[in-house]
Amino acid sequence: MKLAFTAEENAFRDEVRAFFATALTPELAHAGRHRTSVYSSKEHALAWQKILYDQGWLVPSWPEQYGGCNWSLTQRYIFACERARAKPPALSPMGLSMLGPALLGCGTEAQKTHYLPRILRGQDYWCQGYSEPQAGSDLATLQCSAVRDGDHYVLNGTKIWTTHAQYATHMFCLVRTGTFDRPQKGITFLLLPMDAEGITITPIRFVSGAATQAQVFFDNVRVDASQRVGEENDGWTVAKYLLEFERGGGASAPGLLEAAEDLRTLAAELPDAERSALETRLAGLLTRIEALEIAELQALAETERRGSPGPGASMLKLLGTELSQALTELQVEALGTYGLVHQPGALAFESNEAPIGPAAGLTTVPFYLNNRAATIYAGSSEVQRNIISKAVLGL
Amino acid sequence: MALVLNEDQSFIQATAAEFCASKAPVSAFRALRDNPGPAGYDEDTWRAMVELGWSGITLPEAVGGTDFGWQAMGTILEQTGRYLAASPLLSSVVLGASALSLSENRALAEVVLPQVVDGTVRLALALEESPHHQPYGAALTATASGDAVQLKGEKRFVMDGGSAEQIIVVARESGAPGDRDGLGLYLVPREAGISAVAEKLADCRAYARLTIDATVPASQRLGGAELLDAVLDRGRAALAAEMLGAAQAAFDQTIAYLKERKQFGQVIGSFQALKHRAADLFGEIELARSTVLDALSALDEGRDDAALAVSLAKAKMGEVLHAVSCEALQMHGGIGMTDEFDIGFYMKRARVQEALLGNQAFHRSRYAALAGY
Ligand SMILES: Cc1cc2nc3c(=O)[nH]c(=O)nc-3n(C[C@H](O)[C@H](O)[C@H](O)COP(=O)(O)OP(=O)(O)OC[C@H]3O[C@@H](n4cnc5c(N)ncnc54)[C@H](O)[C@@H]3O)c2cc1C
Repeated sequence: MKLAFTAEENAFRDEVRAFFATALTPELAHAGRHRTSVYSSKEHALAWQKILYDQGWLVPSWPEQYGGCNWSLTQRYIFACERARAKPPALSPMGLSMLGPALLGCGTEAQKTHYLPRILRGQDYWCQGYSEPQAGSDLATLQCSAVRDGDHYVLNGTKIWTTHAQYATHMFCLVRTGTFDRPQKGITFLLLPMDAEGITITPIRFVSGAATQAQVFFDNVRVDASQRVGEENDGWTVAKYLLEFERGGGASAPGLLEAAEDLRTLAAELPDAERSALETRLAGLLTRIEALEIAELQALAETERRGSPGPGASMLKLLGTELSQALTELQVEALGTYGLVHQPGALAFESNEAPIGPAAGLTTVPFYLNNRAATIYAGSSEVQRNIISKAVLGL
Repeated sequence: MALVLNEDQSFIQATAAEFCASKAPVSAFRALRDNPGPAGYDEDTWRAMVELGWSGITLPEAVGGTDFGWQAMGTILEQTGRYLAASPLLSSVVLGASALSLSENRALAEVVLPQVVDGTVRLALALEESPHHQPYGAALTATASGDAVQLKGEKRFVMDGGSAEQIIVVARESGAPGDRDGLGLYLVPREAGISAVAEKLADCRAYARLTIDATVPASQRLGGAELLDAVLDRGRAALAAEMLGAAQAAFDQTIAYLKERKQFGQVIGSFQALKHRAADLFGEIELARSTVLDALSALDEGRDDAALAVSLAKAKMGEVLHAVSCEALQMHGGIGMTDEFDIGFYMKRARVQEALLGNQAFHRSRYAALAGY
C-alpha cells in the first residue's frame, strides 16, 4: 500500500533511512543479510540492540516512561519499512517483544523497575520455557512442577525447544503449581536465572544443522517467590496475554515485500519455461502480501485502541508465516541449484571460503529449512485455525 | 500399458527392499552424511549391489546384463529412494550406461558396458553449466582437429562427477548455447584432463564442478541431441521412481506418527484437520505412482509418447513429493525439525530431486509443448 506521507513524515523517513545507513557496521550489515532464521546470533542481536537503544528507538511501541517513542502509527510503519529495507540483524524477541510487554501488563512495580531497564540495556537475555515433550500444542497440560517451600518454589521437570536457552541469562516459564478441574488452572508464570543450581541444558540440532534450541532440565531448582508474575495458579492469564504479542504486534508485510522484490530480480534471469511459471506465482503472492500489509496496519491501530493485539493476532500470524514460507519456496526455485547449496563455512563474516554460487544462495536452504518452523512455533497453523474458528467465529 | 509388476519385477522389488533395509538403511545414510568418504557412498555396499546384478538390470545379456528393463530398475530405485541408500546407480547405471547402450557407437559400448556391469568402471553425465536444467545449454566446446577432438569448458553439479572413472561430456560442436543442433556427447576418461571440485548440496549426495580440458579420439563420440534426450528421459523416469520411494517413506513415517503422538488426550491422527490432509496425500501419491509406472513402461515398450509420459511423471512426482515432504514435517511438529529425526532428510533430498533433470515448471512446460499446446 502506498501511503501518502506528509512533509514531516517524509523527513522522518529520511532520518530513519540515514540512521540505518550509518549505524550498521559492516559486520552487522553482513550478519543481517546472512541471517538463516528469524534469530540472529546473541552477539549480533545485542550489538545492534545497543545501537538502537542509544538512539532511543529500541521499543517504539512501549510507553514513553519505559523507553517508548510516542510515534504515530504511520511513523511506526515507516520505521518497519525502512528496517525491512536495511536488513539489520534481528533483535532477540523474548525479552523485548514478549516478556517486556507481559511485565508492562501484568508485572509488579518492583519487577518492572528491575527487569525492564535490564532488558533494554541487554544485561539480561531471556528465553521462553513453555513447551514440554508431552505438552506442545496442548500447552495447558504442562507438567514441570513447582512446589512451594517457604519463600521459594522448587522446580522439577523439563522444557523443550527452548530457543537460545544455552545463551540466555534468564528464563520466563510456565510451571504447574496445582491440579484443578481445568488444566489451564494451576499454572504459574515464573522468572528464573539460568545459572541457578540444578539446571542442565542440552542443545538440539535441527534439520538446517544449527543448534538454536535446547532442552532444559530442572532438578530441585529453587526460585524466589518474588519472581512470580501474576497470581499463583493463574499464570495462564499472563501467558495468553504474552502470546498475543508473540503472535501479533509485529508487521511482517514490509519484510515480505522486500523479499518479493529480490525475487523479482532473480526471476527475470530464469530460463523461459521456469520464468513465466514463477512470475505468475510471485504475482499471486504479492497480491496477498499487499493485502496483509493493509490488514497489519489496521491491526496496529486496533492494538493501540485496546492495548493488546487480541485474537485477531492468530489470523495475522497464520497469514504472515504461511506467506513467508511460500516466498522461501520460490526463493529456492528461483535460484535453481544455487538455492540448494550446503556451505555453512562460507556464511561467516569475512569467510575465506568462496561461495559455490551467488552469496544469496548460501542462506537460502538454511533459511528455508528453519522457516518451516514458523508454522509450528508460537502455536502451529492448525492451532491458529482452531483458535480463529472457536474464539472469533464461535464454532 | 503394464501397470502391475510381473513376477520377475516383484521378485526384484522384494530383494531390493530387503537389501536396503538390512545393508543400506537410513542410519547408514546418516553415517555417510557425517563422514562421506571419498565417493560419498559406501564402496562395499555398492559392490554388493553389483553382485545382485543391479548394474546390469537394463542392459542386454550380450554385455553381461539381465535386460529386465526400466520397470525393474524402477522398483530398485523406489527402494533406494525410500531408504536414501547411497550408490552410483543413477549416475552410472541409469544416465551413464544409457548413453552407451543407446549409442550408435557399438564398438565403444561393447568395450565399456561390460565394465559398468561388473563394477570396474563408473560413469557420470556432465551436462549442466548453469544452476537451471538446460538440456541444450552446453557452451563447453568440442573442436575437431584431424582424428582428435578437444573438449574445453566447465560443468556444474555433476552427480558423482568426483568419483566416476569416465565422464560423458555434453559438448557444443556448432551453434550457440540453447540450440538443440550442434551438440555432441563424448566419453572422456577422467585422466584425459578432467579436474573435479566437490559442490555440496542440501541432500548430501556427491556433486562436483568439473573443469575439462581434454583431447580424445573422435571415436569417443557417442551421439548428439537425440541420444541426449533419450538418456535424460531414462534419467528422469528413474529419478521419479526414486522420488516415489522417498514420498512413500515420508508418508508412512508420518502416518505412524499420527497414530502414536497424543495431544489434547487423543492421538493427533484423530483430528480431522490432519486426517483429511493425510487422505488427500494418499490419493496424490497413488496418482504419482501411476504416472511413474506408466513412464517406465513407456520406455520398456518403446512407445512414441514416452517423452510425454516421462515429463508427466517427473512433474507430477515432483509436485507430490514436495507436498508430502512439507506436510510430513508440519504434522510432526517440533520433533520433525530435529536432525535426530529422519523426516528432515526427505525434505532436503526432495528439494534437490525436484530440481534435478528439470523441475516441475520445466516438465509442465515440456509436457505442454509435446502435447501440442
Ligand atoms: C524453531 C522452534 C522454536 C521454538 N521455540 C520455542 C521456545 O522458545 N519456547 C517454547 O516454549 N517453545 C518453543 N517451541 C515449541 C513450539 O511452540 C511447539 O513445537 C509447538 O507448540 C508445537 O508443539 P509440538 O512440537 O509438541 O507438536 P504437537 O503439538 O505434537 O503437534 C504435532 C502436529 O499435530 C498438530 N495438532 C496438534 N493438535 C491439533 C489439533 N487439535 N487439531 C489439529 N492439529 C493439531 C500440530 O499442528 C502439528 O502439526 C519452538 C519450536 C520450534 C520448532
